[in-house]
Amino acid sequence: MKKCIIIDDEPLARSIVKEYLQAHPEMEIAQECSDGFEGVKAIMQHKPDLIFLDIQMPKITGFEMLELIDFPVSVIFTTAFDEYAIKAFETHAVDYLLKPFNKERFEKALAKWEQNAAKEDTVPPLLEQAHKQPEEAHRVVVKNGSNIKIIPINDIHYFEAYDDYVKIFTKEGYSLKKKTMNYFEQSLPSHQFVRVHRSYIVQVAQITKIEVFEKDSHVAVLKSGVKIPLSKTGYGKLKEVLGL
Amino acid sequence: MEAHLLHKKNKILILISALGWWLLHVLALYKLGLNIKIALIDSTVNNSLLFAVCFGTSHMMRWLDPDKKKASIKIVSLSLIAFFCAKIAALIIAALCTSLLPHLLNDTAAYTEMLKKTVLIRFAIALLLITWVALANWFFNSLSQQQAGEKQKNDSEKLLREAELMDLRQQLQPHFLFNSLNSINALVVTKPEEARKMIQQLSGFLRGTLKKDEQTFISFQEELKHLQLYLEIEKVRFGHRLHLDFLIDEDSCCLLIPPLLLQPIVENAIKFGLYDTTGEVTIKIIAKKENKNLKINISNPFDPETAQPNKGIGFGLSSINRRLYLLFYQNNLVQTSTHENTFTTTLIIPQSS
Repeated sequence: MKKCIIIDDEPLARSIVKEYLQAHPEMEIAQECSDGFEGVKAIMQHKPDLIFLDIQMPKITGFEMLELIDFPVSVIFTTAFDEYAIKAFETHAVDYLLKPFNKERFEKALAKWEQNAAKEDTVPPLLEQAHKQPEEAHRVVVKNGSNIKIIPINDIHYFEAYDDYVKIFTKEGYSLKKKTMNYFEQSLPSHQFVRVHRSYIVQVAQITKIEVFEKDSHVAVLKSGVKIPLSKTGYGKLKEVLGL
Repeated sequence: MEAHLLHKKNKILILISALGWWLLHVLALYKLGLNIKIALIDSTVNNSLLFAVCFGTSHMMRWLDPDKKKASIKIVSLSLIAFFCAKIAALIIAALCTSLLPHLLNDTAAYTEMLKKTVLIRFAIALLLITWVALANWFFNSLSQQQAGEKQKNDSEKLLREAELMDLRQQLQPHFLFNSLNSINALVVTKPEEARKMIQQLSGFLRGTLKKDEQTFISFQEELKHLQLYLEIEKVRFGHRLHLDFLIDEDSCCLLIPPLLLQPIVENAIKFGLYDTTGEVTIKIIAKKENKNLKINISNPFDPETAQPNKGIGFGLSSINRRLYLLFYQNNLVQTSTHENTFTTTLIIPQSS
């Protein structure tokens, strides 16, 4: 028995997947979800072998939902519009079904998944890939325990490297996200966020002044009073963005 | 203008014709009984001057705009200029020849005699040639300008077509269309009657979108009917999540509105409402007559913490604003406001009568 989860905000779109799955008694539908929040909970709870995932959904997109899951899971995307196709394939999805899809196309996607699963016990490195494909971000989705929070990037004071995680500081404290500093450096707008140090990325608008610290080094003082060390190249980049 | 008669390709041809012309002149004088030396000098002086004037005329023509509207005036003034130039050229030729040649040659009496006889012919030939050069240039320039104009026209038509295509694409909303087809796909097996109904609604909506002329106004009632088709489909798609609340004053029904104005706004409201919250969503549409104008409020719930007001909603509304501005020359007909968790778009449609 293989477990799967269907995540789509339109009931009829879920029902067509259900209908096609009736021909596969070995597939058990563990749960149906109508948004990404339910999706995360259901995936954590059931640890499914396969998920059918829509992309445009309430609050968080299918891609953002995947970022919140800490273990690998096979994904077949189901979506109406092909503007996401390239990104979906970059995340090493098993397949990408364009709505409306027919039974033959659905069977092909399932066969592809079965083949992949037989070839290697470990599923494709979907999550790591998803982490590696930054596009210009305008918000960051984080999970604190079972709470999912959407942080608009304007609210972020700074990022700090923390082992395999990154601490994201806002006025309410910090949230952890399993990403690299390089990922954030690339995905955030470069005029707004500057990598001032190997371990720090700062929102430029949060800086009130730059002070000399000891002989040659500098620190940036934020509105909140926090002092962020600047590396030599970081100081140079910051000066460039500020037009000094 | 880039194209010009004295273009590289034409240069050799012009040079050969000039040489031929010069040779012809020499031959003519020689046949008339002058010795070859005199004929050569006469032809060289005469034709160098003539070609210089022609060259000058040709360059002058470059700056003369061959505008069709004033073509007749220009031709007249051109021929006058040519006549004037020819006259000066002929006079200079005569003067130069008479003053120069005696110094160069011993026996000039016969030549002076001949010059006096041929001054009129020389003048006529110069006039004809200069006029011809001027006209040829004018013709050539107007032709190339016409070609350039045609190219410009083609380019702008292409741009227009592309813009129309964009418009069409926006109206047809591929996302909406494919999702609706997917819903029908699901209904076909489980509820064939509903599938059939949805196909009817979808085709009714699409037909309405395609046939409406953007220029002529329709009654608000008719616009609402079209909107209803769209909303019925969205209700099938989103089921229990989507609720609609209509508050339409009776006296607003026969007011006029540009067609297909409401649907994109309502679509925005639905998208905004459905994708920014996870619960049930009520879209409220209020319409009434106010100060002789039609006033429409469309509101949807949103989450002020995560909403990105610049994404999606901005684009749709700015194109509506643009459309209303082009129709009424007023810039304040679309307004938005937020109150707690509600986003409201207000439209004012002026009534001309």
